[in-house]
Amino acid sequence: MSQPVLEAREVSKHFPVRIGAGRTAVVRAVEDATLALQPGRIVALVGESGSGKTTLARLLARFYPPTSGEIRLRGKAVRGKERDYHRDVQLIFQDPFGSLNPLHRVRYNLERALRLHHGVRARAELNRRVLELLDRVSLSPADQFVDKFPHELSGGQRQRVVIARALAVEPKVLLGDEPISMLDVSIRLEMLNLLDRLRTEDGLALLYITHDIASARYLCDDIVVMYAGRMVEGGPKDDVIASPLHPYTKLLIDSSPDPDRIGGDRDALFDSTAEDLGEPPSLIDPPSGCRFHPRCPFAMDVCKTAVPPRTELPNGQWTHCWLQQEETR
Amino acid sequence: MITEPAPGLVTAATGPNSTVLSVRGLTVDYLTDGAPVRACDDVSFTLRRGEILGVAGESGSGKSTLITALTRLQRPPAVTTEGSIEFHSRDGSVDLVSLSASELRALRWTSLAIVLQSAMDALNPVMRIGAQFVDVLRSHDKGLGRKDAWARASELLGMVGISADRVRSYPHELSGGMRQRASIALALACGPELVVMDEPTTAVDVVMQRQILAQVLRLRRELGFSVVFVTHDLSLLLELADRIAIMYAGRIVEIDTAHSLYANPRHPYTRGLRDSFPPLRSPLRRLSGIPGSPPDLRNPPAGCAFHPRCPDRFEGCDQERPLLVDGVACRLHQSGENRA
Repeated sequence: MSQPVLEAREVSKHFPVRIGAGRTAVVRAVEDATLALQPGRIVALVGESGSGKTTLARLLARFYPPTSGEIRLRGKAVRGKERDYHRDVQLIFQDPFGSLNPLHRVRYNLERALRLHHGVRARAELNRRVLELLDRVSLSPADQFVDKFPHELSGGQRQRVVIARALAVEPKVLLGDEPISMLDVSIRLEMLNLLDRLRTEDGLALLYITHDIASARYLCDDIVVMYAGRMVEGGPKDDVIASPLHPYTKLLIDSSPDPDRIGGDRDALFDSTAEDLGEPPSLIDPPSGCRFHPRCPFAMDVCKTAVPPRTELPNGQWTHCWLQQEETR
Repeated sequence: MITEPAPGLVTAATGPNSTVLSVRGLTVDYLTDGAPVRACDDVSFTLRRGEILGVAGESGSGKSTLITALTRLQRPPAVTTEGSIEFHSRDGSVDLVSLSASELRALRWTSLAIVLQSAMDALNPVMRIGAQFVDVLRSHDKGLGRKDAWARASELLGMVGISADRVRSYPHELSGGMRQRASIALALACGPELVVMDEPTTAVDVVMQRQILAQVLRLRRELGFSVVFVTHDLSLLLELADRIAIMYAGRIVEIDTAHSLYANPRHPYTRGLRDSFPPLRSPLRRLSGIPGSPPDLRNPPAGCAFHPRCPDRFEGCDQERPLLVDGVACRLHQSGENRA
């Protein structure tokens, strides 16, 4: 395996919030997250809303500094100018409607990235590269799209322009924060296929953030599962999905729709996953020990007091769960 | 079309196989400054007692328009211009399209209830949860005492797994998942025969979604209501629904049992939609989705609305609009005399 291009090492992010007159609290949005992105590989970060996956992406994009831990680019802890950093690391948001300047044409939106990051000034050169970018994201014929305003494009086309703009910078790492969840179902796969192609052609390192474990499996190589701000499990996608180690991963997989299961007794199928386990905890005052213990059907005494250490299997799968500690001991 | 009601759901009082809802040629136009936009076009289907009918489609396919027309909750500029919605309730049959507002009010909640996507935000924020139940229960049953109504409210919340002491909570004191379950319990408060659900679990996470749907299934088993369930998530519907109607550009393009629709989709759009959901466990293969984007209903394509994106189109698809025959509206599956 090659050197990771971007790494998060034990990063945590705490946000101070006001919770009423003069009172403040701390939201522990991400705790001790470690993640490595390699060229040409796709890691999927899966979790429910509030699990901290977007916060982690924003830490990696240097939206804000981590409370503790460090972000490393090509093995070096990052510091210095943000523009240099963003030449290597680009972030794509969920909402393609909000991330393009509505007052400017596609051409301007793309040229700006070329000018700022590569100092391209010559008109002919700018034009050539803009058309080339549109072609790469399959917006063809490119000359038909280049002079459109964002509102004249469909959601899928807009997201392609957003991706083209990120590519204009020629980054090494692309962070996609739910890049397909606002798009219509029928065009989501084209977007996933596009991301897959960019990984192959450019050797991009890709972080794909999603709540949809089936789409994660389709696109990625490795899956990392987050729960309530902590990483609970990770590893090669098929191992994680076929034999999850952490009870939360299992719950998440069993709760996801899987049409291949139909044909049997529907009521029994739903009842098997219907146990009322409550909901994810508040991150202002998260449960001690393993954050999943209040919902975990297998919780033991130790789960309530101590954060479970990492257990690694020979296949590359790892988890933070006391059950696995017991078994490997 | 061959459909069998799920066993054990049909009560003697309503008779086996009885139809609870029969929609014929429902057409809804949005009257705008320009030409009217047809968001629902000649929609016909029937719903049996105790059945769950799924309606799937992308944004702009007309599924929400269909819901608001079915429940008569539409607001101008949406207007039902044609068709009928025959509702066969316990107390006789009526055409929902022609009912007056007061006749409708008598049906609402006792026979016909709705759960909306943002139902958790539809609860009154300054009223205790229980009081909102009491409000509904007492306005539909004038003889019900206040004390009994509060007791009934606790019972209803209990049905969806919310403990009785929550009955005096305000909505903001409950989590999103609990609020959504409370609003489902509220819809079931007066024992409706038909519950229309518009993306009822889209706003909650998959784990909670599963719990809510398991509860809906259990309650349906106990109470025997029918469900029209609208969502964009076909993979979920395939697991949940008895039959599924696929909508595209305001029309039903295919309607079939969940199993046939998944194993053997006949309309190219259905097939494309099915193949837009990567599998969770079975072997992966490259999927391609459906090229292009859904049509603009202000300026719909001539002929079959799907033809510009259809991989199987042939001569005439751009001129002739296929009707829904034998559960599918596609010229590939229609012999000459069936073509309209």
